[in-house]
Amino acid sequence: MKMPDPDQTIIEAKADIVTALRAIVPGEGVIVDEDELRVYESDGLTAYKQLPLIVVLPETTDQVSQVLKCCQERGVKVVPRGAGTSLSGGALPLADGIILGLGKFNRVLEIDFENRCAVVQPGVTNLGITKAVESEGFYYAPDPSSQIACTIGGNVAENSGGVHCLKYGLTTNNLLGLEMVLMDGTVLRIGGKHLDAEGYDLLGLMTGSEGLLGVVTEVTVRLLKKPETAQALLLGFPTAEQAGDCVAAIIAGGIIPGGMEMMDKPAIHAAEDFVHAGYPLDVDALLIVELDGPQAEVDHLITEVSDIAERHGAVTSRISESEEERLSFWAGRKAAFPAVGRISPDYYCMDGTIPRAQLPLVLRRMREMSEKYGLRVANVFHAGDGNLHPLILYDANKPGELEAAEDFGSDILKLCVEVGGVLTGEHGVGVEKRDLMGAMFSETDMKQQQRVKCAFDPEALLNPGKVFPQLHRCAELGRMHISGGKLPFPDLPRF
Amino acid sequence: MGSTFSIENRDQLVEAVTWAAAEEQPLEVIGRGSKRALGRPVQAAHSLDLSKLTGITLYEPEELVLSARAGTSIAEIEAAVDEKNQMLAFEPADLSPLLGGTAGSGSVGGVLACNLSGPRRIKAGAARDHFLGVESASGRGEIFKSGGRVVKNVTGYDLCKLLCGSYGTLAVMTDVTLKVLPRPQKTYTVLLLGLDDATAMKAMSRALGSPHEVSAAAHLPAALSPGSAVSYVAEAGGAVTAIRVEGPGPSVEYRCAALRRELADLGQTEELHSRNSLTLWRELRDVQPLWQEDERAVWRLSVAPSAGPEVVAAIGQGAAYYDWGGGLVWLALSSEGDAGAQRIRDVLGQYGGYATLIRAPQKVRAAEAVFQPQAPAMAALTARVKDGFDPNRVLNPGRMYAGL
Repeated sequence: MKMPDPDQTIIEAKADIVTALRAIVPGEGVIVDEDELRVYESDGLTAYKQLPLIVVLPETTDQVSQVLKCCQERGVKVVPRGAGTSLSGGALPLADGIILGLGKFNRVLEIDFENRCAVVQPGVTNLGITKAVESEGFYYAPDPSSQIACTIGGNVAENSGGVHCLKYGLTTNNLLGLEMVLMDGTVLRIGGKHLDAEGYDLLGLMTGSEGLLGVVTEVTVRLLKKPETAQALLLGFPTAEQAGDCVAAIIAGGIIPGGMEMMDKPAIHAAEDFVHAGYPLDVDALLIVELDGPQAEVDHLITEVSDIAERHGAVTSRISESEEERLSFWAGRKAAFPAVGRISPDYYCMDGTIPRAQLPLVLRRMREMSEKYGLRVANVFHAGDGNLHPLILYDANKPGELEAAEDFGSDILKLCVEVGGVLTGEHGVGVEKRDLMGAMFSETDMKQQQRVKCAFDPEALLNPGKVFPQLHRCAELGRMHISGGKLPFPDLPRF
Repeated sequence: MGSTFSIENRDQLVEAVTWAAAEEQPLEVIGRGSKRALGRPVQAAHSLDLSKLTGITLYEPEELVLSARAGTSIAEIEAAVDEKNQMLAFEPADLSPLLGGTAGSGSVGGVLACNLSGPRRIKAGAARDHFLGVESASGRGEIFKSGGRVVKNVTGYDLCKLLCGSYGTLAVMTDVTLKVLPRPQKTYTVLLLGLDDATAMKAMSRALGSPHEVSAAAHLPAALSPGSAVSYVAEAGGAVTAIRVEGPGPSVEYRCAALRRELADLGQTEELHSRNSLTLWRELRDVQPLWQEDERAVWRLSVAPSAGPEVVAAIGQGAAYYDWGGGLVWLALSSEGDAGAQRIRDVLGQYGGYATLIRAPQKVRAAEAVFQPQAPAMAALTARVKDGFDPNRVLNPGRMYAGL
């Protein structure tokens, strides 16, 4: 993966830049020592490493604004970072750029139960929001599996999902407002406690923009009341096709479960060996279907889902009878990544989304690819919304295996696009899938996206090298190539 | 002399916009024309008519996805999904009658361009939350796509969000893909009778803060309740607060009973079942309580729910009702002078939120800010975004903001 060529003049000006930054963020907030910088060299995509030039840890919006303005004036690139859990290399540093860490923005500023929202700083963890409001029975709905560590600022950047987003939506559906800082230091507020922020939907645009448009310094999120109860069904099927058909039938039956997850045989075995969740080992696919709401509704839906599962050939069907048992059903699924980590020295987690009906085809093609590359693959799947997480097993110490895993991953993602899906459902493009963007978007599509970038960051200093395979200069993108003149289309009906 | 370009396919659209961009000839973008009276009047000699760019191109109920050409009638789409027991969960408001047109005459592209959502917005999200993918022509005359046909997708910027609510000022949509959802089996409504605005606010807040999955909460003050076609509402003899629950039968019955119990201390309760519920919520969705006020200007305010009654009291004029648990205020004011613009903006300056002038005579919409005025830095960013799509400002110029 090629990153933009480091600008040697910036690297040589490091001492000056440090002085300027220390004038804005005093004390230990500016890190230059190599051992301390090492902490920031990578994110959740650990295959890529790069020491940043400098790390800055501001504490106030004003400091963020001044840091960005200072960097803009000096032409210094900036990589924003929350907790560094990105699985796509979104926070991968640049040799000639600073890391702007938002870790000190860790306060819950306001909880407003009457308006069912909370105002938090971007460094608050996803789970930290729920912890702050659960005493009153509320929670923040998106629940990415890294929720104990990942920050809400990072969730905004990546539009994070989680197992419950089928019913309760992604980050983008659960935000009300933002405070953000542009690369030139401008501080903007979007939305607030009201719905549907005025003007162009910059809130929606910012969500999932991977830190390329602005730095988020405050987030207003919606809060929901916890459902009265939740119960899960554990359903085992002889084939993935039957499990897939069952998922389609549940949805066609008008039921949107709180969560609906699928695991394939290798994932079931890895998880069962690790946490002993009591998963059946003689099935090819396992579904966990969680239903939540009032007891009356959950009872009703459990009967319906059980019937549908039986009609679709489920050979195992268990209903959680206690909260403990419900959590045990989830234990294996939630531990699937580390479980796979136990059976292989390394694994590479993919994140494509497909139309659900394409699942059997995609799984079959993936098995063929697995043979071709000589690498095993285990699949966990947000079955309700078609988001696949194939885990490719490899050993980085064996020459060529990382490259083979990456090629295998690329083939899977291209397949996702081929069947009508997309490259990434919730992990982001980052550096990881940057060079695959052409599989999904034309040059025109990508140029239009970059023109949006130009409106926010015309010098392309904010998180460059991510998302777009090729960086165009804004002046070039702005040019119009029109051979205008007369009205040249006689066949266009007019009246 | 201006022309109307009747667009039947993408090539024609590219040709027309390319010409307009080259000649710097502004175009008014029209889906089916039902909302031309919404927004600032567009200064354009020529118009693009997309009403022939129609048809549902993909509908897979079990995948919860539907694609259509942008000019397709929203009524046709709603009928198609209804046949499969599904719905557009954002409950698109039909503003045509309010704006002097006929019901059901809008296009799907128009609904998205205006981000029109109804009472279920508070639970299911707005139109923008159900907009999965788009193909459109920028003001450069280039076709670009964004999004896809799946819900979970973070591949590239979410330009669907940007186009949704941009009133045709950034690009001309040709094809759109929407998320659809199962239609609830039952719809019940708990009515609370005779509450003042502040108590109603308290009731809605309590209901929305309960685990009963309330899908809508509205309050019709005494002056507006008699206009309803639902007799329980019209004959209530005072204000009516309505709280909706939807879902499978046993669940709806249970939640309805629980809400009546939990709200009993605030006032007398009543219950509407499916048919009456559907009628009432359609009236509230389409702003029917203010249809009769056709001499008056109609404003739509989005505020923090708890601020709704205070904002209305501070404005102190006109007829108002509340949706979205108090957070959406529909307000009819005299259309004389600035139609109350200054007064409303001043009040919102204290409480936050924003106001849009939905219905007013053309001269008022030309003279006053129809959309909430922006602070200079936000206005500058808005202009840069606009120029990124439409550098010669040929698409619906001035529709949202003067000069843009």
